[in-house]
Amino acid sequence: MELDSLYQEVILDHYKHPLHKGLSVEKTVQVHHVNPSCGDEITLNILLVDDLVKDLTWDGVGCSISQASTSIMSDLVVGKSLDQAFLILDSFSELMASKGSITGDEALLEDGVALAGVSKFPARVKCALLGWMAFKDAALQAKEVKQGS
Amino acid sequence: MNSLDVDAIKADFPIFAKKMRNDARLVYLDSGATSQKPQRVLEAERKFYTEHNAAVHRGSHLLAEEASTAYEGAREIVATFIGASVDEVIFTKSATESLNLVAYSFSNTNRSSFALSAGDEILVSEMEHHANLIPWQQLAKRTGATLKWFGTTPDGRLDLSQIDSLISERTKIVAITHQSNVLGTINPVTLIAEKAHAVGAIVVLDSCQSAPHFAIDVNSLRVDFVAFSGHKMLGPTGIGVLWGRAALLAEMEPFLYGGSMIETVTMESATWAPAPRKFEAGVPNMAQAVGLGAAIDYLSAIGMEKIHAHEVALTEYALKGLQSIKGLQIIGPLDIADRGGVISFALDQIHPHDAGQVLDQYGIAVRTGHHCAWPLMRKFGVAGTTRASFYLYNDLADIDALVDGITATQKYFKVS
Repeated sequence: MELDSLYQEVILDHYKHPLHKGLSVEKTVQVHHVNPSCGDEITLNILLVDDLVKDLTWDGVGCSISQASTSIMSDLVVGKSLDQAFLILDSFSELMASKGSITGDEALLEDGVALAGVSKFPARVKCALLGWMAFKDAALQAKEVKQGS
Repeated sequence: MNSLDVDAIKADFPIFAKKMRNDARLVYLDSGATSQKPQRVLEAERKFYTEHNAAVHRGSHLLAEEASTAYEGAREIVATFIGASVDEVIFTKSATESLNLVAYSFSNTNRSSFALSAGDEILVSEMEHHANLIPWQQLAKRTGATLKWFGTTPDGRLDLSQIDSLISERTKIVAITHQSNVLGTINPVTLIAEKAHAVGAIVVLDSCQSAPHFAIDVNSLRVDFVAFSGHKMLGPTGIGVLWGRAALLAEMEPFLYGGSMIETVTMESATWAPAPRKFEAGVPNMAQAVGLGAAIDYLSAIGMEKIHAHEVALTEYALKGLQSIKGLQIIGPLDIADRGGVISFALDQIHPHDAGQVLDQYGIAVRTGHHCAWPLMRKFGVAGTTRASFYLYNDLADIDALVDGITATQKYFKVS
């Protein structure tokens, strides 16, 4: 079934047992993003120490794709430098824009390649990107906060 | 149940020949968002372009005359359909534009009935579509008036317990939906209108979910303005209707200025043509108006009473079927009284978007999300719902497909 390329087992696992869900007390910046077309919302805390994503936590409501994607993203970027994290972000964005033409860099994206099938469902790409865009926004804001201090 | 020959009706709509994913037939349960179009409507639009196309109300040639006759003929059809005088029917591009037209006219004037200022109140409800909420929010911001609203009860009805304090001498506008696009609730419009008129307020009705589904008569509803869209009632996109009482239309300032809507123009000033022309600046959506006329002719030939009875039967059957599913909660009235063919529901552990995606694999088209009624979603504590909405071309097999599809969705996500 075509559907199985969208809902891979690993996605459903992340959906049922999301990683880094639940907001931390300590943070550099908090952002809140919404998906206006479906009403999904995410709040995301980032803790930046020097150039390192020391911690990233989130909470929110959303479909399996958005929740799993955010879970995968948070697990990928925690402990990475901002530069590394942005490389992963770029690679994932490219995968989502691929309309199914690429399978994704497993070395870089790990569980994230399970979301490759999403790129064939244009209406769901924004679900998969919700958490990632929140991370990007938070990271850029956190960088500014650090530079300002 | 069938006094309607649904198979014959489906045959009038070319889209039902389409094969959906996995070669499934189309189970279209999203008419609340937009309806499908019968061949006759498509043909009317095509015929306008191929045989009569010209700018209406201008030019002295045969085509201009035919185009004007067709366009004004559509206006007559709409007027008859809602029990109005023909000069009270304004064509817009959408119901959204119709509602904005009224809202903007209130801030374009300092004349009595339409002037708003601090201390005045605009009353809406918590179950409004954004199109009948945001124009009033913004009008309140522009004028300093206060926005108030009816709440909703837990079973999805309008909470009328505070009506006598909500409608007061300060109330200038009451804008309310006839039937909720999320809950299916049909509101007691006439009761509200009578109370509103007793304090001199103007009543605006969002009829998008009612006019396509049961006969409405603007005079017996006792309201002052009615807005609805063509595309939800078998007509084309790009055509909406605003009905207003003649006396109010005469007093009301235009919203859009330009060609067609004037009486005289000098370099310094202009005066307005009488309604409805005053509110139809620019070359209108002519073919779409003609298409809407054809759609209404189609509905009228079947009969709005029959269509309504059919939808009541479908809704009763669906309410029963959906309630038999474990882990499914209907958001809205469970009782068929004062309820239309729109059913929203939430599924335990399954997000609406995921439910919609699985249903799509079976050719079942439903709406998912907040349905342009975000405040209502918050009220019911959900991020969104899955919504099935019915029309004359649906039958019991469509409802059975929905119920089976939901069960399959639960199985797919290993819930139940």
